[in-house]
This record gives sequence, structure tokens and C-alpha cells, in this order.
Amino acid sequence: MEKSKVMTHEKFGEKSFQTIIGNLLRYGVWISLSVAFIGGIVYLMHHGNDIEDYSVFKENDRNIFEVITAVVNGVISGSGEFLIFFGIILLFLTPVFRVLLSLFSFLIEKDYLYVIITLIVILIIITSISFGFSH
Amino acid sequence: MTILTFTLIMLLGAFLAGFIGSLSGLGGGIIIIPLLTIILDVDIHYAIGAALVSVIATSSGSAAAYVKEGITNMRLGIFLEIATTIGAVCGALLSTIAPTSFIAVLFGLTLIFSAINSLRKKEEHIVLESSPLAKNLKLQGTYPTHDGQVVSYGTKNVIGGFSMMGIAGMMSGLLGIGSGAFKVIAMDNIMRIPFKVSTTTSNFMMGVTAMASSVIYIQKGYIEPGICMPVVIGVLFGAMAGAKILVRTNPKKLRIFFACLIFVLAVNMVYNGINGKI
Repeated sequence: MEKSKVMTHEKFGEKSFQTIIGNLLRYGVWISLSVAFIGGIVYLMHHGNDIEDYSVFKENDRNIFEVITAVVNGVISGSGEFLIFFGIILLFLTPVFRVLLSLFSFLIEKDYLYVIITLIVILIIITSISFGFSH
Repeated sequence: MTILTFTLIMLLGAFLAGFIGSLSGLGGGIIIIPLLTIILDVDIHYAIGAALVSVIATSSGSAAAYVKEGITNMRLGIFLEIATTIGAVCGALLSTIAPTSFIAVLFGLTLIFSAINSLRKKEEHIVLESSPLAKNLKLQGTYPTHDGQVVSYGTKNVIGGFSMMGIAGMMSGLLGIGSGAFKVIAMDNIMRIPFKVSTTTSNFMMGVTAMASSVIYIQKGYIEPGICMPVVIGVLFGAMAGAKILVRTNPKKLRIFFACLIFVLAVNMVYNGINGKI
């Protein structure tokens, strides 16, 4: 009796986390794309008649914090281009939130092996950010 | 070309890429890159950046439904993400130093491989007994079928699958694609996971894998808003339209047609890459 109670409780926990993660992914995509779309309209209103030149790659070497500062300032000043960029950053954050949610889910289930595995994934992502500083 | 014309052409092209990608099972990202580089003369780095953004959008969008239905094996996904994220970071760093022609040739070859792989007959295989390592990692699972039954499955050859996932992640970081073909090899052929679970789990993992390389892409300037906006919106809606048709028809003949089309694009990429035209 006691045991079955615990099991249904755990099952409920896992199931509701699946629903939360599912919703997060869905709304994350729609919100970020709406932002990018609005940015696109603003961008086209100002630059629609400019001539594009995407055939030559201009390499940047900005670290992620410089980029984010530029994006925030750009959005405040109403730049369509940076509003698109902001939407894209929101899109990139969706999987990050998903990883954090799974971390909580494993913590609640007391599955410490998977808490560690999830932390390793987070560590790798943080390491990838640091490559922006090294060169 | 003005930016407005370019955006409208991109939007249409990306819609077609998402549509074909969804029907052929190859994914929209892998088709948008030749479209941008060969037809619209966009630099391959921008094409890779835009493809990666569309990969995150389509994979998160479709993963949402599968996670809710309980088909996705989240433990398996998160465990294998260790391999794909390490691979993706290495791949993205490699793409910043590799010559453009090398990337073009490698991309063409990957495209050929994926097209052939999409035509291969898929057999369902379920192992019941997991290997000891798989048991320790709790990688076995269950999934619901359409008629309400629950199927249990086991997993084997964890190390082999993990290594193949590292390669899948590297290709993803290097080329901005979801590298579904490599992931399916790792999960279906090596780890013996049922087809339904492996495709949905691969989809679930793509967002985080792409995220690991996207940070490097942003810092290096691969993400060009003017290209990404029409691409990501077009690919997403194209993929949704394709998924609707997939439910109703069995697109075997379409698959062969698209595989041939993709093959021609791929040969074109390899040729241009070798001649230094990309």
C-alpha cells in the first residue's frame, strides 16, 4: 500500500515534468519566433531597399557578453536587426531552460547519477562560452 | 538584389527546404545550406549559422509533442548529450579554422550519405535484455503505441553508441546541421533502440547540441539576422506542412525523388568546393 502510493507519486512527478518540458519547448519556439518576426518587419521597413551583400563572410571576434550588450542596446534603440537577434537568442535559450528543468526533475526524483550527468552537460555548454575569450 | 527581394526568395526557399526536409526525413537544415550557397551565392558560414538556427526551431517544436506523449527517452537523451555537446564544441571550433572549400566538400559528402541513408529500409528490432552498463545508467524504457499498449525495450553497446554520438555532434557543430542520419546510426544500428524512440530522442537532443555550437557561432559572427529571420520562419512552417502530409500519405516515391534531387545538389557542392568556387 505504502509502496504503491510512492510509486504513483513518482509517476505523477515524471509525467508532469514531461508536460512542463513539452510546453516550455513549444512556447519557447513561438515566443522567440514572434520576436524575430516583428524584428524582421521593422528591419525590412528601414532596410528593405538596401542592396544585400552576404557573399563575403566578415568574421567577428566578440565574446558573448559584448554581443548581448550590443543586442540589448540595439533593441532599446528600436533596431529591427537587433530585435531579430534578440529573438534568436531567446530561441537558443529554450534548450538551456530545458536542461535546467531536467536538472530539477532529477533532483526531485533523487536520481543523483542523472543530476551529475546533467551538470556535466551544463559544464560543457559553459566551457563553450569561454572559447569566446581565449582568442 | 535588394534585401526585400532576397528576404522573400529566402522565405519561399526555406519553406520548400523545410517541406522537403520533413518529407524525406533529412531535416530542413541540411537542404537550406546548398540552397543558400549554390543558388543565392551566400557565404557558407552565414548559411551554416542560419541552418543551425532553423535546426533549433524545428527540433524544439516537434520534440515538444513527443515529450508530452512519453515516447522520448529523456535519460538516454541527456546521457548522450554529453557526447554530442563535446563533439559540437570541437566541430564549431574546427569550422572557424577549416578552409571554406573543405567545409563545402565535407558537407556534400554528408549530404550524399544522408540521402542514401534515408532510402535504406528500416527494420524494427527490440532487445529485451539490456547490457550491464545500460542497466547502471537506467537507459531501458517504455513507449506507448497507437492502440494504447506499452512496449518495453532494452539497450546495448552504450560505449559504441556514445562514440558515434560524439561524431554526430561534431558534424553538427562543423556544418550547422542536426545530423539526424548519424544519430540514427548510433541509436538504431549500434544501441538497438526502437525506431520510434530513437527518432524522437534524437530530435529532443538536437536543441542542446546545437546550443553548444551556437555560442561559438554567435561570437564568430555566423549569425546574420537578415538571413536567419526568413530562413527560420520558412523552414519551420515548411516542416509543419510536410508533417501534415506525412500523416496522410506514404511518401515512398517522393522520398526517392527527393533523394535524387539532394544527390544532385550534393555533387554540385563537392564539385564547387574542389574548384574553390564556394
